[in-house]
Amino acid sequence: MATKLVGQNYSTPDLIAKVTGKAKYSEDHRVDGMLFCKILSSPMPHARVRRLDTSKAMGMPGVKAILTADDMPGAAAGATLGENVQSSAQAERGLTNEPLYQGEPILAIAATSELEAAEAIEAIEIDFEPLPFVVDPLDTLRPGSPNARTQGNVWVRPPAPPPAQGRGEAGRGGRGGAGGGPPAPQVQVLKWTDDDFKNAGEGQLPLGKATDEWSYGNLEEGFKKADLTLDETFVTQSTGHQPLETRTAMAYWQNGKLYLHGSTQSTVQTVASVARWSGVPANQVHIISEYTGGGFGSKIPGSIFMAIPALLSKKANAPVMMRITREEEHFIGRARPGVFARMKVGFRKDGRITAVDMYAICDNGPYDAQGDARTAGTTISLAYQPEAMRWRGLTVLTNTPPKVSQRAPGGMQGVGIMEPILTKAAKKLGIDQVEMHKINAPAGKAPFGPTLPTGKQAYVTSAFVREALDKGRELFKWEEKKAAYSGKKQGTKARGIGVAVSPFSGGSVGFDGMLIIKPDGRVQFQTGIGNLGTESAFDVHRVAAEMLDVPWEQCDIVFGNTTKNLPWTCVSAGSQTAHAMTRAGHASATDAIKKLQEIAAKTRGGNPESYKVAGGKVSGPGGSMTFAQAAQKAIELGGKYDGHEVPEELNNFTKTSATALAGQGLMGVGKDAYPRDGQSQSYVIGYAAVEVDTEVGTIKVLDYTAIGDVGRILNPRNLKGQLFGGSMLGLGHALTQRWAYDTHYGLALARRFHHNRPPTILDAPLEFTGDAVDLADPETPVGIRGVGEPPVGAAYGAIMNAIADALGDEIFKRSPVSADIIITSLENGGKRTHEALTAHI
Amino acid sequence: MEDNKMSEETPQSVSRRNFIKGVIAAGAVASSSAYLFRTTTMHGQSAAGPVGAVERLLTLNVNGQDRRIDVMPQETLAMVLRYKLGLTGTKIGCDRAECGACTVLIDDVPHYSCSYLAHRARGKKVVTIEGLADPATGKLSPVQQGVVDEQGFQCAFCMPGFVMATTGYLKTNPNPTRQELAHGISGNLCRCQDYDKILTAMMKGAEYARKG
Repeated sequence: MATKLVGQNYSTPDLIAKVTGKAKYSEDHRVDGMLFCKILSSPMPHARVRRLDTSKAMGMPGVKAILTADDMPGAAAGATLGENVQSSAQAERGLTNEPLYQGEPILAIAATSELEAAEAIEAIEIDFEPLPFVVDPLDTLRPGSPNARTQGNVWVRPPAPPPAQGRGEAGRGGRGGAGGGPPAPQVQVLKWTDDDFKNAGEGQLPLGKATDEWSYGNLEEGFKKADLTLDETFVTQSTGHQPLETRTAMAYWQNGKLYLHGSTQSTVQTVASVARWSGVPANQVHIISEYTGGGFGSKIPGSIFMAIPALLSKKANAPVMMRITREEEHFIGRARPGVFARMKVGFRKDGRITAVDMYAICDNGPYDAQGDARTAGTTISLAYQPEAMRWRGLTVLTNTPPKVSQRAPGGMQGVGIMEPILTKAAKKLGIDQVEMHKINAPAGKAPFGPTLPTGKQAYVTSAFVREALDKGRELFKWEEKKAAYSGKKQGTKARGIGVAVSPFSGGSVGFDGMLIIKPDGRVQFQTGIGNLGTESAFDVHRVAAEMLDVPWEQCDIVFGNTTKNLPWTCVSAGSQTAHAMTRAGHASATDAIKKLQEIAAKTRGGNPESYKVAGGKVSGPGGSMTFAQAAQKAIELGGKYDGHEVPEELNNFTKTSATALAGQGLMGVGKDAYPRDGQSQSYVIGYAAVEVDTEVGTIKVLDYTAIGDVGRILNPRNLKGQLFGGSMLGLGHALTQRWAYDTHYGLALARRFHHNRPPTILDAPLEFTGDAVDLADPETPVGIRGVGEPPVGAAYGAIMNAIADALGDEIFKRSPVSADIIITSLENGGKRTHEALTAHI
Repeated sequence: MEDNKMSEETPQSVSRRNFIKGVIAAGAVASSSAYLFRTTTMHGQSAAGPVGAVERLLTLNVNGQDRRIDVMPQETLAMVLRYKLGLTGTKIGCDRAECGACTVLIDDVPHYSCSYLAHRARGKKVVTIEGLADPATGKLSPVQQGVVDEQGFQCAFCMPGFVMATTGYLKTNPNPTRQELAHGISGNLCRCQDYDKILTAMMKGAEYARKG
């Protein structure tokens, strides 16, 4: 394939609107008669509404409607809610009479102004019965301790029927779902024994009863072969996603249809979720979301609270704007679950990992079971290829804000849990950190995750991790820095270097692509990809544009509004889009080329194969036709050429859109049905150099290099942006971001940016290098994999390794590695003083 | 220490200090009710606000144009720009002077408009992201052009704030190093954390501005 577009930098067509302030995010929309709503949320971590009287509030000036939990649709049986859980009476519903976390919405009031709505909230008469609560997952495992929900404290998955062949459940922790997946988990009570806690050893996670387990290889044999065995406990923190744009949404109804302006990670897939949350048929829902101010996993797809303005506007018979404040966003804006892990790891003398025995607890929050602890395990099995591994785990409910996938969910935690152990072993065995990673690196069709019923493990499409490690070592000047920095102290400054390998799923399959060649010769791409800044809403179409050999300036992209008839698209999450939608784009361009050839042959004579598409024309023995002429002809021919007939295998969503657009030009439409052997995984290698001030505990990242093994490079500048942004999120987890709780009342103390501080421009590395090995993935037609997730774990792991290199291996056993951890541990002779097993400190 | 000195010396950080003083002086008015507003007449409470309240009818000079508006004493500039003047390019990310998404220029100095009472802007010149491009030709300002050419930013919700902060900073230091510019705009938060590309775009903007 030529590379006129793919692999080249360009500026996305939405930039002018963004830079002139014309781009409209949710809160920027205005509709005549628009009301504003305010939410009454729970002041307690767990309570029951004992008495509620809204009559006084309803009589307040300007108040138009009040929405309570009784107005919310029941969870439809069998529907999939969130990422992992089938709907049940235990599912989140948007408003509730039994709040399970502080800040959970109880009711909402729509009034002519926000001030009136806020005043009416004050007039609500409500009485809560406080219920037992827990904010720390280990607390609820002690005998006689409280449970986060009246039904229990852990998610338990009933035994699964044997899964269908080839549908490996590695990767994302065996999602439940309506499609015949494993049975939906249930909330049950589980307590460990006093002996479990007593026998654990100081600072070690107790190994009480687990609810979930998988393994492969011979664990016992593996540990027998080991020359060195380490047994370590590590705690990763819970962190809010904190997108800069909160989940503000505005809704109105017209002719019986709901129009919802919201912030989401997928335009088209938000239709079904809003329909479900609001109890409205999907064909009566339209989503308008041209610009989304960041999601990072917290808006997949959209937010359950979109149901509030949707149903309030129906009740009030007027448009409703729901502005979500930063503090509300802290509670309802979703978070990454903290993971508590105990790792027993066996190493051979040469550094090869012979066995991993992992026990991990997911601090799940009160709702949907998250796969983070499990994915942390599969990530470790892939990144370090242990010869044998057992994973055991628990998904523990807490009365903390609901958890959901955050950029590299579970993957980041897995890398951060394992990397300090790898580095410690490297030091003990006298092996260089990079060599340690190389000997354990995945290569080719590397296996990972549990042994499946087939007797084999799932495996990846490709892995070029050693190549990426080598490239990074050179660009970072590892050897030079090792000599200059490693363990070197100068006055109060100690320097160290670290490297980490971070894999994450790099693409999904099976979506639809759609384009129309218009009678004016322009090519119009229809896309349902959410425009949340990843640029993939635009980047992916450059594959099809290049196949059609049409200048980019001649292309238009229709996005962000389901009234404009968009095709079925993946959610922009889990680094899926660049992979999934270049495949779908390839399918639609292949279809368009075939139709151009057929039209040319019909019009100019000869057989279709003898015509070539190039230079904005289709040319062959009978002469040539411009795209404009071919489009005109397609409309005349009708049928499949202009979208009046579409392939049966397309998603119904695409079919409806194609039917609506039929007759506008030559339609290229197709489903990604390309074969794929293995699961697509991407990898990023992080190299970090840090300087620690041993007097005050501050850490500066001096130099950072991120090297991707992410398939072919689609857009170099965007690649570097994704590598950098993801690395900064990892840096935040390594150094600054955490929650804090008043454990007596179960109330959050860290609720705003300045409490739970994300990195600023001054925390950024002084030097940054971002690049990729640029090797095509063999299992996808364009060779492109995703890049968004894996940089997070790479920076998280590499920076923590660099701190350990500077100060020693025993300084910290949790993240973030804050200044207080460093100075108190140094005071204590380099051994940690921080609490080992307490959450949110 | 060296770093702190640099940021202390930048003029807008001085003005931010002044603005914090202003917020303290305004007391409760600027705290919990700061994000509340109304578009209709007041019911059941005095619209005049505290004793000695300012005149509600106000003339604001925004993007070179005098605008006559009805503003209550507690309303912030950010809410007035967005809800009374239709200038939604100014974003509200935190409404409490943490993120800088709402940064506008007031007499050429960057301010967080979420924490700046509209009445304080009386007699001053306010410039928002909508006021940067040439109104006649639509030609982008140098900093805006830098963003377009370098594909600065990802989701871009923070972009208006960064562009305004940079535009203001460059008036005091037209030829900054990357490091100096980073300090100059460090009051702005990007959650895509695309700081490397942002800084490249802003430096390109500075270069365009110098070339004129």
